[in-house]
Amino acid sequence: MLANFGFGILVVTFLLALFGAGAAIYGYFRKKDRWVESGRRAVLLTFPLVTLATLSLVYLLATGHFELRYVYSVTSNDMPLYLKVTALWGGQEGSLLFWSWLLSAFASAVMLRRWDRDREFLPWVAAVTAITLAFFLSLSLFFENPFVSWWQTSSGQVASMIRPAGASPLIPTDGAGLNPLLRHPGMIIHPPMLYLGFVSFVIPFAFAIAALVTGRTDDRWIRLTRRWTLWGWLFLTCGLVLGMWWAYDVLGWGGYWSWDPVEIAALMPWLVATPFLHTVMIQEKRGMFKQLNMILIILTYNLVIFGTFLTRSGVLSSVHAFAESALGPMFFVFIGITLIASVSLLIRRWNDLKSETAFASTSMFSREALFLLAALLFAGILIVCFWGILFPLISEIFTNQQITVGPPFYKRAVGPLFGALMLLMGVAPLSAWTYGTLKTIGRAAWKPAIPVVIVPVVLAIFGYRNVFALIGFTLIAFVICVTLYEFGRGIVARGRSAGENAILALWHLVGRNRRRYGGYIIHLSMAMMGLAIIGIELFQTTTQQSLATGDSMQIAGYSLRFDSLSQFPYVDGRTVTRAVMSVYKNGQYLGQFYPRYDMFPDDQPMTIPAIRSTLSDDLYIVLVDWEGISASEAPFKVYDNPLVSWLWLGSFVFIFGTLVAAWPDKELSVAPVIVHSAYKASVAD
Amino acid sequence: MDQTRQTTSVPVRRPLPFRAQLLVWSALLFLLIILGLSVARSRNTILGVGSKVPEFSLTFMDGYNFGSAKAVKLSDLRGKVVLVNFWATWCTPCQSEAAALETAWRSSQPSGQVVFLGVDYVDTDTEARAYLAEFDISYPNGPDLQTRISQLFNRNLGVPETYLIDQQGILRSIQIVPFQSVGQIQPLIDPCSREINSWT
Amino acid sequence: MKRLVWILGILLIFLAFATGQAYAQQPTPSDDQVNAIASQLFCPVCENTPLDVCPTEACQQWRELIRQMLAQGKSEADIKQYFVDHYGARVLSEPPATGLNWLVYIVPPAAFLVGVFLLYLAFRTWKQSRPASVIADTPMQPEWKTIPESGSSPKTTDSTEENDEYIARLEEELRKQS
Repeated sequence: MLANFGFGILVVTFLLALFGAGAAIYGYFRKKDRWVESGRRAVLLTFPLVTLATLSLVYLLATGHFELRYVYSVTSNDMPLYLKVTALWGGQEGSLLFWSWLLSAFASAVMLRRWDRDREFLPWVAAVTAITLAFFLSLSLFFENPFVSWWQTSSGQVASMIRPAGASPLIPTDGAGLNPLLRHPGMIIHPPMLYLGFVSFVIPFAFAIAALVTGRTDDRWIRLTRRWTLWGWLFLTCGLVLGMWWAYDVLGWGGYWSWDPVEIAALMPWLVATPFLHTVMIQEKRGMFKQLNMILIILTYNLVIFGTFLTRSGVLSSVHAFAESALGPMFFVFIGITLIASVSLLIRRWNDLKSETAFASTSMFSREALFLLAALLFAGILIVCFWGILFPLISEIFTNQQITVGPPFYKRAVGPLFGALMLLMGVAPLSAWTYGTLKTIGRAAWKPAIPVVIVPVVLAIFGYRNVFALIGFTLIAFVICVTLYEFGRGIVARGRSAGENAILALWHLVGRNRRRYGGYIIHLSMAMMGLAIIGIELFQTTTQQSLATGDSMQIAGYSLRFDSLSQFPYVDGRTVTRAVMSVYKNGQYLGQFYPRYDMFPDDQPMTIPAIRSTLSDDLYIVLVDWEGISASEAPFKVYDNPLVSWLWLGSFVFIFGTLVAAWPDKELSVAPVIVHSAYKASVAD
Repeated sequence: MDQTRQTTSVPVRRPLPFRAQLLVWSALLFLLIILGLSVARSRNTILGVGSKVPEFSLTFMDGYNFGSAKAVKLSDLRGKVVLVNFWATWCTPCQSEAAALETAWRSSQPSGQVVFLGVDYVDTDTEARAYLAEFDISYPNGPDLQTRISQLFNRNLGVPETYLIDQQGILRSIQIVPFQSVGQIQPLIDPCSREINSWT
Repeated sequence: MKRLVWILGILLIFLAFATGQAYAQQPTPSDDQVNAIASQLFCPVCENTPLDVCPTEACQQWRELIRQMLAQGKSEADIKQYFVDHYGARVLSEPPATGLNWLVYIVPPAAFLVGVFLLYLAFRTWKQSRPASVIADTPMQPEWKTIPESGSSPKTTDSTEENDEYIARLEEELRKQS
């Protein structure tokens, strides 16, 4: 009953979204605002409707209605309630509906803003968001329907919305249950965060399309979407970091990123969104980079769709990918349409995207130039990632040979590029707008650079000779020093001018310049994460040994003694094999740790590492099942991951920095426009 | 307003040059073609019944030859019914059908019209020999080197799978699940044998 | 006579052991040695899983195979080649640079160079020469004034002057924003 209701609501919402897009576009071309308004209301209405459908599914999940195929596939009686609810995004059908729900929330929110100003954007913002929503709803309706039920027919079991002739309802008493790997807090928050990030960028894209179509190619659309971009970027980064945390904590292979195609598919939008976040500042300030910004936001949106396509269509082989499905062709058509449409629009309006400023001669060492260089570096990383994903497909088509493009390819290319970006993060705050020269940077850089020079020397003295590590740590030290220097300078300046003490000066400094200092905090967090990445990539050590009880193994100054092994069943049906290890470092007892090997009823194993984290390193102990585990022969694989905690610490600092940058200013939206148009008037020929 | 400002050389923005447009559109077209082909390929991965089976070559394991040759090409077997069975030692369902296959082979072999080819999919030699010995397999067997043979039949091969090829080299039937009994195997071979018998 | 036979017997046994030693395999390779190679290979049947972490029975067999090959004295290159010959090129973590696969390695640097070229074009456009008076008149650019090019401030710029300029810049910016 409820399932049919949910499905029906989705059908209505789908039609409503189509109507909204159509009405808005019709209203635009006929210049009839009533139609545009009607379209707006239609899009606004999609959110309450999709919420009803989603809540229906959640209810069905929570109450164990296993006659529904989706509920059967992702829940079981032994799962706790919160897990049953979050199983909403545990499988293909539910996660698609969840995607639609988030998108409708954002679409409705945009429709709710005051549209009396900038009304010319409305038709196309409504249309683009509605069309995207309609597409995802169509996937749920026609291909991956979460509301289909099981039926028993003469030839077997079948799932469909309507009862097939001669079939009787089939109501299993228990479900298959969620894949054990997904029953982890990280996996609970990671998809919502990631989807939030993806969905957020639909809004700036919609505004960009509106700007292209209406010819309002000034920076108005950027100012309007500044918050969406920032929050979207926050969610996307958090989603990626959460994925890293889940991989590290649960998968038991001692790493956080495996360069799997689906991971890369989620990274690519971030690689374009990050430079976009920076270059829009330049468009606001100097009216430059209009074409680049359009390219970046179009790329971001299309990479989001492309990434979703790769993950769900079964085209790629990946541990993360959803099962193959009939979605491939639909996605292909949609991507084709959006790519062709946005590129055509961009090319048509290319001429209108000319820079607004009277062209001051901009030096190639100015801040603008450095931002452009950063965009190039990000583009380089994007090309490596994109080509790495695409090439296996090309190879298969043209040579029928399957190949793998794996971590060595990516690491080798991406390392230097990220290193160069780190350097830029240090140099750019020191550069001057427009007329900066190398001397400008040099004069600003020498003070923060002094402590930095010491770093590689000290490291080398302590025996660290790895060239990449030395360069990497030096660059990170540089970023940290420059950022702290910028804070220091500002505090001193404020303290002097306003007579405030350091704390108050800091508060006001940041408060009145949130974007800049929030950005600096974010840079700081990136440096911290860079520390972790260098630590684990260049200095990780690992060893594996089979131990009998009482034996010890050594790694990186630690001594681990295998004390005992126990095996017992757990409430949710799994069999837990649990080892007790006593860990010593340089003779000092550090405690007992419990690596586990869980076997689930359907032969699904899960290795759960025991991790001892400190700021300097993580001791990561895994019980592996190479040839069986017994008290006399238990294989342990132990990793020492230096500095990895800085990744998680850095992510907290990152969230804080983004909140600072995103916190609303008290600025009136009127004033800048007045100043802006006055300036424009003064430049007019 | 300054007079000097009017003499400034504001760079005139030209529309995107034709060459750049050409580059962008051809790159886009290339991408869409690749994606389209990939989607199409991912949706039909299995060789269709009724199509001609492409040529392949199977290198035998020692002691499991067909005739005296070390390897055999599919074209060498034209005129005979060929049953190709993909298996692996790490595949539990394969073990359940091993006995049935051997029995079917023993009854089909004397006629000389039928050939069973066991293709060991992504396996190790020592384990494979142990497996064959355990189930007393006698029909020709060889490893699927570089997975070339399985790629021809099913790009997403999962063991066990069995393919029946008739005397003209056409694929006649596909069995994706393990055989439950000998009784399931014989009916696949018989139609092909009957055909040739009906001509003579 | 009996003693001679005994001595000969023991000698023979000794010899047998001695020659046995000569042909004996190296000590069983450790898990770490196996992992060093397995981590560079991908599981032939699983999706994108390195061979050292793959939990399936098939992967166990392949790791044992690596162990055996190491014990026989085979080198890392030998083992990798064996895997490629038997299981295809997809077991390698990077495509071998043959045939079409060259493109994997060439395209990204080439595209990056194209990007560098575009950057160069952009910089050239920016550098279009301008009359000096316009530079002085261009408004809304408070920041560039702070660090003067042509040494108008004395060489020994002390921090207070710099900070004063900074304050001026700060205030200008804050005024602009509010």
